[in-house]
Amino acid sequence: MLRWIRQQLGFDPPHQSDTRTVYIANRFPQHGHYVPQRFADNRIISSKYTVWNFVPKNLFEQFRRIANFYFLIIFLVQLMIDTPTSPVTSGLPLFFVITVTAIKQGYEDWLRHKADNEVNGAPVFVVRSGSLVQTRSKNIRVGDIVRVAKDETFPVDLVLLSSDRAEGTCHITTTSLDGETNLKTHYSVPETLVSQSVSRLEALHAVLECQQPDADLYRFVGRITVTQQGEEIVRPLGPENLLLRGARLKNTKEIFGVAVYTGMESKMALNYKCKSQKRSAVEKSMNTFLLIYLGILLFEAILSTILKYAWQAENKWDEPFYNQKTEQERNSSQILKFISDFLAFLVLYNFIIPISLYVTVEMQKFLGSFFIGWDLDLYHEESDQMAQVNTSDLNEELGQVEYVFTDKTGTLTENEMLFRECSINGIKYQEINGKLVPEGMTDDLPDRSVSPLSREELLFLKAVSLCHTVQISYEQPGDGPGDPFSHANGFSSQMEYYASSPDEKALVEATKRMGVTFIGSHGETMEIKTFGKPEKFKLLHVLEFDANRRRMSVILQTPTGEKVLFTKGAESAILPFTTSGEINKTRVHVDEFALKGLRTLVVACRHFSVEEYEEVDQRLHKARTALQQREERLAEVFSFIEKDLELLGATGVEDKLQEKVQETIEALRLAGIKVWVLTGDKHETAVSVSLSCGHFHRTMNILELVQQKSDNECAEQLRQLARRIKEDHVIQHGLVVDGASLSLALRGHEKLFMEVCKNCSAVLCCRMAPLQKAKVVRLLKTSPEKPITLAIGDGANDVSMIQEAHVGIGIMGKEGRQAVQNSDYAIARFKFLSKLLLVHGHFYYIRIATLVQYFFYKNVCFITPQFLYQFFCLFSQQTLYDSVYLTLYNICFTSLPILVYSLFEQLVHPHVLQSKPVLYRDISKNSLLSFKTFLYWTLLGFCHAFAFFFGSYILMGEDTSLMGNGQMFGNWTFGTLVFTVMLITVTLKLALETHFWTWMNHFVTWGSIAFYFIFSLFYGGIIWPFLHTQDMYFVFVQLLSSGSAWFAIIIIIIICLFPDIIKKVFYRHLQPTSTQKSQMEEDKSSVSSEYDSAESWSRGEDNWQLLAASPPPAQGPALCSPSLLRPTTRASAAWTPCAATRRGRMDAPGWAGWWSK
Amino acid sequence: MMASNYNAKEEDGHQPAAIGHGGAGTVKNKKPDNTAFKQQRLPAWQPILTAGTVLPAFFVIGLIFIPIGIGLFVTSNNIKELEIDYTGGDMSSPCYNCSQSYSWNSTKPCTCSVPFSLDQPFESNVFMYYGLSNFYQNHRRYVKSRDDSQLNGDKASLKSPSKECEPYRTSDEKPIAPCGAIANSLFNDTLELYYIDPNGSRTAIPLVKKGIAWWTDKHVKFRNPGGNDNLTVVFQGTSKPVNWRKSVYELDPSDPDNNGFINEDFIVWMRTAALPTFRKLYRIIHKKPNMTPTLPLGQYILEVTYNYPVRSFEGRKRMILSTISWMGGKNPFLGIAYITVGSVCFFLGIVLLIIHHKYGNRNHSADIPS
Repeated sequence: MLRWIRQQLGFDPPHQSDTRTVYIANRFPQHGHYVPQRFADNRIISSKYTVWNFVPKNLFEQFRRIANFYFLIIFLVQLMIDTPTSPVTSGLPLFFVITVTAIKQGYEDWLRHKADNEVNGAPVFVVRSGSLVQTRSKNIRVGDIVRVAKDETFPVDLVLLSSDRAEGTCHITTTSLDGETNLKTHYSVPETLVSQSVSRLEALHAVLECQQPDADLYRFVGRITVTQQGEEIVRPLGPENLLLRGARLKNTKEIFGVAVYTGMESKMALNYKCKSQKRSAVEKSMNTFLLIYLGILLFEAILSTILKYAWQAENKWDEPFYNQKTEQERNSSQILKFISDFLAFLVLYNFIIPISLYVTVEMQKFLGSFFIGWDLDLYHEESDQMAQVNTSDLNEELGQVEYVFTDKTGTLTENEMLFRECSINGIKYQEINGKLVPEGMTDDLPDRSVSPLSREELLFLKAVSLCHTVQISYEQPGDGPGDPFSHANGFSSQMEYYASSPDEKALVEATKRMGVTFIGSHGETMEIKTFGKPEKFKLLHVLEFDANRRRMSVILQTPTGEKVLFTKGAESAILPFTTSGEINKTRVHVDEFALKGLRTLVVACRHFSVEEYEEVDQRLHKARTALQQREERLAEVFSFIEKDLELLGATGVEDKLQEKVQETIEALRLAGIKVWVLTGDKHETAVSVSLSCGHFHRTMNILELVQQKSDNECAEQLRQLARRIKEDHVIQHGLVVDGASLSLALRGHEKLFMEVCKNCSAVLCCRMAPLQKAKVVRLLKTSPEKPITLAIGDGANDVSMIQEAHVGIGIMGKEGRQAVQNSDYAIARFKFLSKLLLVHGHFYYIRIATLVQYFFYKNVCFITPQFLYQFFCLFSQQTLYDSVYLTLYNICFTSLPILVYSLFEQLVHPHVLQSKPVLYRDISKNSLLSFKTFLYWTLLGFCHAFAFFFGSYILMGEDTSLMGNGQMFGNWTFGTLVFTVMLITVTLKLALETHFWTWMNHFVTWGSIAFYFIFSLFYGGIIWPFLHTQDMYFVFVQLLSSGSAWFAIIIIIIICLFPDIIKKVFYRHLQPTSTQKSQMEEDKSSVSSEYDSAESWSRGEDNWQLLAASPPPAQGPALCSPSLLRPTTRASAAWTPCAATRRGRMDAPGWAGWWSK
Repeated sequence: MMASNYNAKEEDGHQPAAIGHGGAGTVKNKKPDNTAFKQQRLPAWQPILTAGTVLPAFFVIGLIFIPIGIGLFVTSNNIKELEIDYTGGDMSSPCYNCSQSYSWNSTKPCTCSVPFSLDQPFESNVFMYYGLSNFYQNHRRYVKSRDDSQLNGDKASLKSPSKECEPYRTSDEKPIAPCGAIANSLFNDTLELYYIDPNGSRTAIPLVKKGIAWWTDKHVKFRNPGGNDNLTVVFQGTSKPVNWRKSVYELDPSDPDNNGFINEDFIVWMRTAALPTFRKLYRIIHKKPNMTPTLPLGQYILEVTYNYPVRSFEGRKRMILSTISWMGGKNPFLGIAYITVGSVCFFLGIVLLIIHHKYGNRNHSADIPS
C-alpha cells in the first residue's frame, strides 16, 4: 500500500525490475499475490501545454530567457518606483514580444494537439474477450493483442505473433522512423504464428518478458514463453520480432501482435528528444557584448546616483525654494531613496540594451533563412530537392566554418553502386555486357556466353546472390500479398530489389545480369535461378551485419542438404579468418580494386559437418534467447562461427564521384577551410577517392598513421610525423589515419595528434565508426583555438557527427533521411556546399554582424545624450526625449532600415564570392565581431552621441533665441533637436554601411526619416485628450520653423558622418581588404556589362565551367582575378581556382603514378 | 521545434509516394521560382566609397559651407546684444540692498535702478530678455510639476489638480490655480527701461508684452476656464500659488486677453528651459516708424522691482537687450562650425586628390604589365 502511494506520488519509479512481464491478452496468473506492473497508456503527448496551463507555463518558459527576464525586471521597477519614463515605454515592447512569441508557440502547440488527437483517436482493432473490437488508439494497453492491416502504421510497439502468411513473417518500412525505404522482414516465433485468427489467439497462453523501454530503435531483447499442452516453450525475441510504432505494414494483409511498449514508452516516443540547441559564434559574441553593455549601464547608473548624492549634499541644490519636495519624499528613508534613485537611473538608461535587438535578430534569421531554400543554385533538378533549413539559428555560422568534416560515401560519391570487377579464385574478372570476362580476355569470344561457368565462378555467384538481406518488391502489390514466387516466376522484370545497403543491391543485380538471379526469400527459403534453373536454399540463420564485425553471413541448407555458411564483408574482417583459397592473390586483387577507388567486399564460405552445424545451431539459439548481455554473447558466437573460411573471391563495386566535388573541395581550401574526410571505407579506397576528388594532391606529402597496434608505437609514429612536418614545411602535407590508430592517438596523445593534424592541409580518416567520427569533431571543436566545425554526411552513421559539429549538414541522398532530419541544413549534393558557405554564409555573417554592431551603436547614440543631460539637470533623471520618442525609437523609427539591410545586404556579388573563395577568409574568425570592431562601433556611438548633445548644447549657447521672432525654446525642443539629429545620423550611418541598395533599402531608409517627420508633426499637432501632459505640443513645428535649427542639424550630421567616410576611404585605399578589392573590380566590370548579363552570368549551376571555360584562356585569369592595384600574394591566390581546376583535371588520371611509388 | 516531433501529418503526406502509385501528377515540383527577389538578384545600386566618388562631395561641401559659414558669421556678428547683471551680489551694485532684504511676504516692493549705456544704437526691433543662472527649470520634480489640462481650461482639473503638482497642489484645502512648482515660482521682477536724454530727462521706453509667447501656446495650449471674461468668478474657490502676491486673474487686469492662464509672461515661464542658465523673452521694443534707431546710443536706466530671490541658490539675474536676425539671437557657433567644416573638407579634398592621383597612377602602371 505504502509503495503504491509512493508510486502514485512519483517517488518510486514504477519500473523497478530490469524487465517487464507482459501477459498476452492480459491473462494474468490467477494466483492471489500477483501484483500487476503498471504501464503507461497509449496516449502520445507531444504537446507542451493545455488550455489551463498555457498562460502560466508559457510565460514561465519565456521569462526563463535571460533577456525577457531583464526587461520584465525593468518593467516591474518602472511600475513600483517613481521613474522618469512611464512603464509603457518598456512594457509595450515587452508585451508585444511576449505576445507574438506566445501566439507562435500556442499555434505550434495547437497543431501538436491536433496531431496528438488524430493519433490518439485513430481507430484500431484490438482483440478483447474473444472478439475483434474497434477502439481508439489511446485505449490500447500493454498486453493487448492488436490487429494491423496492410499499409496501416503500427499504433504501438508490438511483438509480432502471427501474420496471414504461413511462415509468420511480415514486411514493414520504417521510413518515418529512420528514413530507410527498404522493406524489412519481421518474424514471429513458430509457436504463435499459427494463431492467425481471433479464436486461435484466444487459445494462446503466453507470457512475454522483455527489457524496459529504451530509445534504441535497433535493440530489443526479450523472450516469450508459450504454454502449449501444459508444456512451456521459451523462444528468444529480438528486434526482428518487434514492430515499432510509426512503421508501416507492407505486402502483408494483416498481422496480430501484442503490445509491449505503449504511448510515451514506445521507442518512437522515446526518440522524440529535442535536438540540443546549437548556438552560433555570433550569438555568443552578442551575449558578451550584452554583458559589456550591462556593465556600461550599471556604471552609468551608479555614477549618476553617486553624483546625484554628491550634488544633493547641499540643500540649495537639493531643495531650492522654487522646487520643494513633498512630505512623502522628505520622510522616506535615505536607503530606500538611494535604491530607488539607482533603479530610476537604471530604467532611464536601460534602452542601451534594446529589447528589439532580440526581435530583429530572430526575424532576420527566420526571414533570411528562406533565401537558402529559394536558391536555384542549391536546387537539385534530378531529385527535385531544394535546400532545406532545419534551424535558422545558425545561418551566420555558415560564414565562419574553419573545418569541414565530410563523409565519403554518398557525400563525396553518388552512392550509386555499380559492379565493376571481381576476383574469383585468384583470377580477376571484369563485367562486360553482363558477362564475367577474365582479365586479359576480350568479350568478343563467341563461345563465352554458352560456355558454362566454372565451379568456383558459380559458387562465387551463388554466394553473392544468397548472402544478403535484399528484399524484393513487385510492381503490382495490389494483387495480394500471396506467394511472391508465383509472381516472380516468369516476370522477373517486374521485380525490384530493395536493400538497406546499396552495395548489396549492386551485387545482387550484377549476379542477376550474369545469370544467377535471386528470385526471393520466402520464409526460410531463398530461391535463386541459375541460368533459368530454380534452386531452393533453406535459410537457417542470418548473422546480421554490424559495424564492429564489418561482415554478415548466412547459413543455408543447399538443395542437396549440405549446410553452408556464406559470408561477405570487409577484407580486413574476413581475410584473417580464411584458411583456404587463393588468399594472397585475392589480397593483391583487393588492393588493386581499392586503388581504383572501388569498394571491395570479400566473399567466403564454410561447409559445416552435421556435428558442427548442430553445435552452431545450439550456440546461436542460446545466445539469441539470452536476456542479459545478448549482444556480447552473440558476438562471441558469431566469431565462433565465422572462422576457418574458404575464400571464394572479392568484389569491386564502383561508387561514382559526385560532380564537381573536386572544385568544391578546392574552393573550400582556398577559402581557408580545412577539409577532413571521415569514412568507414578501407584505407586504400579512401586514399584513392581522396586523390580523385582533389582532397589529396599529387604534390602533397602523404603521412600515414595506420595500423598502429600499441600505444607506444603510435606515439613514436606521431612524433616522427611531427618531425617530418617540421623538417619539410614547404610542401603541403596530408595525413591518413585509420580508426584503430586514431583511438590510440586520442587516448593518450591528443595534443601531439592535434599538432600533427593542424599542420596538415588535408586529413583523411578511414575505417571510422560513427562515434569515432563524432569524437574527431569534438576533439577539434574543443581544441584551444575553438574552430568552427561543419560536418556533412548523408547516412545514419553520420548523425552523431552532424549533431556534434557546430553546423551539421545533411545530404539528401540514398541512405534515408536520418542525417537530413538531424541536420541543421540539408542539401542535395556536396557541390552545393560551396555556394552555401561561400555565398550564403558570407551574406548571413556580414548581415548579422553588422546588425548586432549597428544595434548597439544606435542605442549608444540614443541613450548617451540622456546620460549627458543628467549633468545639466542635477541628476534628477529628467528625460531628454519625450516618452513617445523613447518608446518608438527602436520600434518604429530605426527598426526597418536595419532589418531590410540585414535581409538584403551583399558586399560582393554572389558570383564573385563563389569564384573567389579567398573572400571567405575576410570574415573568418568572427572578424566583424571582433573586440576591435566592437570597440570601434561603441566608441563611434559615444562620439556621435557627444556630437549630438554638445552640438545642440553649443548651439543653445547662453540660451540665445533661435527663432526669428525672438521667442525661446524649452527643454523639450532641445531634446527634440538632439533626437532629430540623432535619428537622421543613425539612419544615414546605416546608409553608409549599406552597399547593396535595392528599392526596399531606399524605401525604408528615406521612409523612416520621412515617417519620423510626419509622425512628429502629427504627434505635436494635437492636444492629446488622454495624455496628462502636452509637453510636445507644437514643439516640433517650432523647431523646424527655426533656420538655425536646420543649419545645426545639417552641420552636426556632417560632423558625425564625415570622419567615418574619410576613414572608410582611407582604409579602402591604403589597406583594402580583398572584399573591397573585388568590390572595386566588380564596379569596374559592371560599368561595361549590363546588369542582365551579370545576372545570367551568375545564373546556372555551371559557374565553374563558365569561369574556367567560357572566356578564351588568355582572358581567363583576367576575369577570374581582379586586376588589383597591387597584386599581393593574397590576390594572386584569388585566381588559382581556375588554374587549379584545370590542372587538377589533367592530373586526375595521374594519381596512380604517385601511388605506385 | 515541429521538425523534431513526431508528426502524423507528415507520415500521411508520404503515404502516396511510399506506396508507389504516386505518379508524376501528384508529385509537386519543388523547384524554387526564378525571381530576382528569391534569387537575391534584385537590381541594386552599389555605391563604393572611393576617393573618386567622395572627392567631388568634399569639394562641393567645402565650397558651399565656407560661404554659408561666412554668411552666418556675419549675420550673427551684426546682431547687437547687451547683457546687464542686476543680481546685486556685491556691495557696489545698485540692487545689493534689495537682494539682501528679501521676503516673499513683504508688501513694500524693493526697487533699484541700474544705469547703463549703449555704445551703438540698436536698430529694428529690440527684444528684452531676462536671464537666470543656476536655476534648474529642468529638474525632473520641477518639470513635471504642472497640470496641462488645468492650464487648458479644464474645469475639473481646476477644482482638483493633478497629483503631479504636489506639494503645490492645494493650499488652505483649496486647489491652487495654477498648480505646481513651475507656476508657483513665476518670475515676478518688473523691469522698466528709461532713456536718459543728454539733457538729463528720463523717457520711458515703451515695452510691448504681447507676442512673447508661442502663438499656439497662447491660443490653444493655454486657456482660461470658461472664456476670458469674469475670471474672478471662474477662479472662485481656488487659491493663488503660495509664492504669488496676487491671484492668477490679477496678472494683467487691464487686458482680458492677457490675463489668467493666457498671460504671456506666465506662458513664457511655463515653457521650462533646457539648461540651468536660461533666458526668457520679457518684452519687445518695436522699432519706431521713423528712421531713428529703436534704441539710440546713450545712457539708460533699468528700473527693477526686485521681487525674485536668487541668492539662496547662488543664482544670477540678468537683463538682455538683443536685436534679432532671421536666425535668432547672437550665435557665432553656427558660422564658425560651417567655416571650419568647410575648410576641413576642402583641405581633405586636396589630400584625397593627391591620394587619388597617386592611386590612379599606380593602378595604371599596374595594369600595363598584366
